[in-house]
Amino acid sequence: MVLKPCKMALKPEILKTDILIVGGGTAGCFSAITIAENSKAKVLIAEKAHIKRSGCLAAGVNALNAYINPGESPESYVEYVKKDAEGIIREDLVYSLAKKLNQVTQKLEEMGLPILKDAKGDYVSRGKRNIKINGENIKPLLAQAVQAKKNVQILNGVNIIDYIVQGQRVSGAYGFSLKKNLFYVIYAKAVICTTGGAAGLYKPNNPGFSRHKMWYSPFNTGAGYAMGIRAGAEMTSLEMRFIALRCKDTIAPTGTIAQGVRARQINSLGQEYVKQYGVKAGAEASTPQRLYATVLENREGRGPCYLQTRGITEEQEQGLYKAYLNMAPAQTLKWVEQSRGPGSDNVEIEGTEPYVVGGHAASGYWLNGQCMTTLQGLFAAGDVAGGSPKKYVTGCLAEGEIAALAALQYIGIDDGVVMLEQSLIQAKVDAVNLYFRNEPGLYGLEEVEEAMQKVMDEYAGGISVGYTVSRAKLQIAAQRIEELLEISKTLRAADLHDLLTIHEIIDRLYVCKVLIAHLEARKETRWLCYQQNADFPNKDNVHWRKYVNSRYENGEVKILLREIVKRDEVYEHSY
Amino acid sequence: MSIRIDKGKCVRCGQCALVCPGGLIVQDEEKKAYIKYPKDCWGCAACLKECKVGAIKYFLGADIGGKGVYLYTLDEQDFLHWFIVNNDIQHRMTSNKRESNKY
Ligand SMILES: Cc1cc2nc3c(=O)[nH]c(=O)nc-3n(C[C@H](O)[C@H](O)[C@H](O)COP(=O)(O)OP(=O)(O)OC[C@H]3O[C@@H](n4cnc5c(N)ncnc54)[C@H](O)[C@@H]3O)c2cc1C
Ligand code: SF4
Ligand code: SF4
Repeated sequence: MVLKPCKMALKPEILKTDILIVGGGTAGCFSAITIAENSKAKVLIAEKAHIKRSGCLAAGVNALNAYINPGESPESYVEYVKKDAEGIIREDLVYSLAKKLNQVTQKLEEMGLPILKDAKGDYVSRGKRNIKINGENIKPLLAQAVQAKKNVQILNGVNIIDYIVQGQRVSGAYGFSLKKNLFYVIYAKAVICTTGGAAGLYKPNNPGFSRHKMWYSPFNTGAGYAMGIRAGAEMTSLEMRFIALRCKDTIAPTGTIAQGVRARQINSLGQEYVKQYGVKAGAEASTPQRLYATVLENREGRGPCYLQTRGITEEQEQGLYKAYLNMAPAQTLKWVEQSRGPGSDNVEIEGTEPYVVGGHAASGYWLNGQCMTTLQGLFAAGDVAGGSPKKYVTGCLAEGEIAALAALQYIGIDDGVVMLEQSLIQAKVDAVNLYFRNEPGLYGLEEVEEAMQKVMDEYAGGISVGYTVSRAKLQIAAQRIEELLEISKTLRAADLHDLLTIHEIIDRLYVCKVLIAHLEARKETRWLCYQQNADFPNKDNVHWRKYVNSRYENGEVKILLREIVKRDEVYEHSY
Repeated sequence: MSIRIDKGKCVRCGQCALVCPGGLIVQDEEKKAYIKYPKDCWGCAACLKECKVGAIKYFLGADIGGKGVYLYTLDEQDFLHWFIVNNDIQHRMTSNKRESNKY
């Protein structure tokens, strides 16, 4: 006799805390530490992996990219970010985090992060805003500091899927365990969202076996954006995508080579090409300019493009091997495997697929001056928070601290968390359990993911179309994403990992939907490659020196345009 | 990009499965670890650094230039040794955890 396989089902488990932190990454860990050091409030971190190595910092990082070196100031930092982002930043938010950058760096050093110092004991600068570190162990150090705090409870292996929303207020979140058949209902007086950005929206550089050999963490799949979108939170600047210029195949950072050994970008004819693409005399080329130039050189048949490293010294080569082991070991492996290091061969470079990442670009939750979203009781920090590009590790920590202090203040004022009716909870569990009951359909998980990435690549400005978008193509993309959202309801989960994958796909489809609406809304070209519109190829400061924001209401993405918030403004939401 | 675990060497500690940021590694009924989703590996190397017995081989997929060479690590207090194995030749590089990058 053949037994019918027993269908899985999750059972609800109710938890309560003062402040729930969704995502125990860079910003999330620092928020928890800040709360523990400033209060006796109970904190719960819900992390889908394990905080020791989860998120962007898993492999380690190369340098601290946001630090105010001598001669610079928080004011000059704001000016730099503003210029680099073509004016579309929340000057108030960038300013408040800039004032904390050096203090959080000192804290990292106290936790044990090695930072390079000169004979006098001062940090050695790597450019105006960078300092040199050994960032291999940065995440375990942060995790250790969190684990030492008594009032912080850590739930590893729990994937959060939606907020508990009561009226306009967020009072916790729903999630499920990746280890046991449990559905969590976590009540909290305040929630801080720190789930990072979104990778895997577009067809990646290496779509085959090495599909996850990408720059951004493939495990950050835009959950925080998607939950916010579904709950009706206002989002900003999703159209400012981030595209990195990286070492071919390994997608390892190029900055270490470019800045470390001063390597220049050359084409296959050996010509330096970036300056020909509108870089002002004496000015440094921005990331989009270097990327755009590389795309065009390839299109004109002068590719591949390289970082010119041939002829660097043996010592420099060894230094690069070690620097890469500490953040992107695949690159060192590649050099050794080929038996040709950067001293013998120039390093080929390519642009990555686009990501939505608020730590590099400005996309994410629309915040007040204290990192509160437009939903009461919901705060956001790090790559999921909008308005302040180029915040990197230290900016994420600073923002984590700001959000934590604001959440603490908030729970002091508001204590009203109302328990949900049992029937509401049951309906939510049933909806998730449905994925275990779906019969195997025509399309599997991988097919839907691939379809999404192909649509986004071809119709929403991916690698294959040189990152350019147009209205006609975006409309096709919107239609296809809608169809895939329908198909995603029929997906079947055989186990908890499948259930996670299904949620990661659905979250990304929501992000795609809103991203497409943002790309269509900005009727100019504000940033080369990041948001390059073929119908409106020029920058239009008269009409578009504004934020493109959105809210998701009744299945529709509603676009709102907002005026620039200045540095010294105190910005509050108007409901 | 992925890893492969040498079952012969694995001592069943479960540390690699615990830290993988994508939850890609699981333990079989004998508690030996294996990668269940090899195509989903990010290549972050977090698992290798946890493995005290050097059982985890980290390699480049053939689609990104891999030719059969692999890397593993061994931890020794303040030092992390990286071994790159190419047929019979083994390269060793050592990073000092307390020392900053020069670049
Ligand atoms: C490869 C790489 C190299 C970088 N190098 C540098 C550098 O050299 N210098 C520098 O300054 N900056 C660098 N950055 C940028 C910097 O690391 C990031 O901006 C920063 O770490 C982001 O922090 P975060 O807290 O927003 O996200 P993360 O640290 O990624 O944390 C997000 C967390 O949320 C968890 N999560 C996601 N979804 C859910 C869910 N649904 N439920 C529960 N948990 C969830 C994730 O597992 C993760 O732990 C680099 C980034 C990358 C990707
Ligand atoms: S860390 Fe090494 S020894 Fe431990 S389970 Fe993993 S492979 Fe086995
Ligand atoms: S290299 Fe990273 S992503 Fe790959 S299996 Fe190991 S821990 Fe997981």
